[in-house]
Amino acid sequence: MADAVVAEGLVKTYGEVRALDGLDLRVPEGTVLAVLGPNGAGKTTAVKILTTLIRPDSGTASVAGVDVIASPRAVRRTIGVSGQYAAVDEYLTGYENLDMVGRLYHLGAKQARQRARDLLEQFDLADAANRMAKTYSGGMRRRLDLAGALVAHPPVLFLDEPTTGLDPRSRTGMWQVIRDLVADGTSLLLTTQYLEEADRLADNIVVIDHGRLIAEGTADQLKSQVGGERLEITVSDGTQLRRAEELLTPLAVGAVVREDDRRGLLVPVDGGASQLADALRRLDAESIAVDDVGLRRPTLDDVFLTLTGHAAEDKDAPTTGHAAAKQESAP
Amino acid sequence: MSLFTPLADSLVVARRNLIKVKRVPDLLVFTTLSPIMFVLLFAFVFGGAIGGSVTPGGNASAYREFLIAGIFAQTVVFGSTITGAGIAEDVQKGIVDRFRTLPMSPSAVLAGRTLSDVMNNVIVLVVMSVTGLIVGWRIREGFLHAVLGYLLLLVFAYAISWIMAWIGLIVPSPEVVNNASFVVIFPMTFIANTFVPLTSLPGPLRFVAEWNPISTVTQAARELFGNIPAGGGLQTPSWALQNPELYTLLWSAVILAIFIPLANAQYKRSTSR
Repeated sequence: MADAVVAEGLVKTYGEVRALDGLDLRVPEGTVLAVLGPNGAGKTTAVKILTTLIRPDSGTASVAGVDVIASPRAVRRTIGVSGQYAAVDEYLTGYENLDMVGRLYHLGAKQARQRARDLLEQFDLADAANRMAKTYSGGMRRRLDLAGALVAHPPVLFLDEPTTGLDPRSRTGMWQVIRDLVADGTSLLLTTQYLEEADRLADNIVVIDHGRLIAEGTADQLKSQVGGERLEITVSDGTQLRRAEELLTPLAVGAVVREDDRRGLLVPVDGGASQLADALRRLDAESIAVDDVGLRRPTLDDVFLTLTGHAAEDKDAPTTGHAAAKQESAP
Repeated sequence: MSLFTPLADSLVVARRNLIKVKRVPDLLVFTTLSPIMFVLLFAFVFGGAIGGSVTPGGNASAYREFLIAGIFAQTVVFGSTITGAGIAEDVQKGIVDRFRTLPMSPSAVLAGRTLSDVMNNVIVLVVMSVTGLIVGWRIREGFLHAVLGYLLLLVFAYAISWIMAWIGLIVPSPEVVNNASFVVIFPMTFIANTFVPLTSLPGPLRFVAEWNPISTVTQAARELFGNIPAGGGLQTPSWALQNPELYTLLWSAVILAIFIPLANAQYKRSTSR
C-alpha cells in the first residue's frame, strides 16, 4: 500500500529552540495517524511543514507521493487542512466562507455554490448558513473550518488539534464527524494533546516530545510497552490508605502509586484476576472496606507518563485527571 | 490553470474584503463617516483661522476650496492602512494559513487586498466629494481633468497600500500597523501643503514638504480640479511641485517596483504564530 504522508528527518529550529529535531512520520493510505504530544512538542510545526506553510531546515517530506518542498502547489491540490485556531472568516457567513474556498480551489462558481450547500447540510450548519460565522459557537466554527478543508474532496487530510477547547459534547460530535470521514477512505494525520482522542480515532499513534518521536505503534502496542494491567482500588476510609498500600505492595510488579485525593491505589500486577482476589482477601483480613475495585489495562495517560516522565499537561483533557494526580503523589 | 487564474483568485479575495467593509462597523465608519467629519471639521473649524494666508484677500470659502484636495490626499493615504491592518489580522487569525494551503494563485491574496482597498478609496472619494460640494467646493477645470485628479489620488494610494501590505506581513499584530502607520503617516500628511500653504513653514520643514509626494499629489489634484487660488500665496519653487503629476507617478512607480516583490516574497513565508 502506498503512503499518503511520509516525512523523514524533519528539523526546524526557531532561534535556540529546536521545534523539530529529526522527526519521522508515515501515514499509509486510508489510515489515520495521531501525533500525540503536549503543548510545544512540535505537532503544529510538523503539520505546517507537511501542508507547505513552512520549509524545514532539513529533512524530506512528501504527501500523496509529491515532494512538499519542491512542489508545494501540487501538494496543495491534494490536501485539506483544518487548524488549531479555526481559520474561518468571522465576518462572512458560513455559506460565504465555503463558497470562497470552493472558488479558490477553482471548482467553478456553480460547483462551489453547490458544494458549500452540501457541506453545510452534512455538518449540520444549514440553519446557520446565512449567519456570520462570528455568531457561531466554538463547535460550529470547528465544523465550518473542517468543512472548509473538505471542499475539494482531498484524499489527504490534516487536522491540527481539531477538538482543543471544545466542550465534551462538541468534542464527541467532532469525533463522530471525523470517524465518518475516514470511513470513506480519506487518509488523515491528526494532532492532539488528548490521549483518549488518539485512542478513539487513530490506527497508529506516534508520541512526540521536544520535536522527537519517542514512541509509536497502535494504541494496544503502546499500552503493552508500559507494562501489564493495573489493579485500581478505592478504599472507603482515607486513613487506612497507607496501611492498604503496605498490604498490597508485595503483589506489585512495579511501584505502587497512591492517590490520596481520591483514596486510591494503583498497583501494577501481572497475575490478572487471581491477584484481584488475593488483594481483596488481604484487605478484608484487616477489615479495610473497599468502595471500588477493578483491573484495568493501562491508558494512554499511563503511556505518556511513562514515556515522557511528565503528564500531557492540559487541564481540560477529556480523560480523567489521573495523569496530573499521579504526578503529584508520585515519590 | 489558465492565465486568468491569478485575476479570478484576486477578485474572489477582493470580494471577500468588500463584504467585510459592509459588516465591520470600524471599517464602515472609516469609509463613510470619518471622511465627512474631516471635510466639515477642517472647513469650518480651521477655515476661518487659516483662510487669510491662502489668498491675499483671504476668506473661509476660498480656503475650503484649497483644502479639499489636501483632505482627499490625506484620507486616501490613511485608507491604505486598512491594507496593512487587514493583512496582519488575516495572518494572526490563521486565514492566511488557510489561503496558503489552497491551490490558489499565491499572489492573489495581496493583489485582491490592495484591489479592494482601491474600491474602498473610490467610495471614500465619492463621499468626500459630495460633502465637499455641499460646503462650497467646486470642480473648475472640467470633467476630464477632474477624473485625472481622482485617478492620480487612487494610484498614489494604491502604491502606499503595497508598503502597508508588506508592513502588515512583518508585524506581530494588527494594532502595531495602526500605531506605526499613525506615527509615520500622520506627520507626513501634515508636513505638506495639504492644509496650509508652504510659505508658512520654516526652512527645513519647508524643504521636506516641497519634495514630499503627499504635497505633490495634493498639488496635482488641486491643479486638475482647478482649485489653485488666484493671486499668489502659493509659490511652487521645487521641481517636484512644478511637475506634480510626473513626480507623483514616479514615486508611485518606484514604490510599486520595490514593494510588490518584497510583499509577495514575505507572503510566501507568512504563517500564524
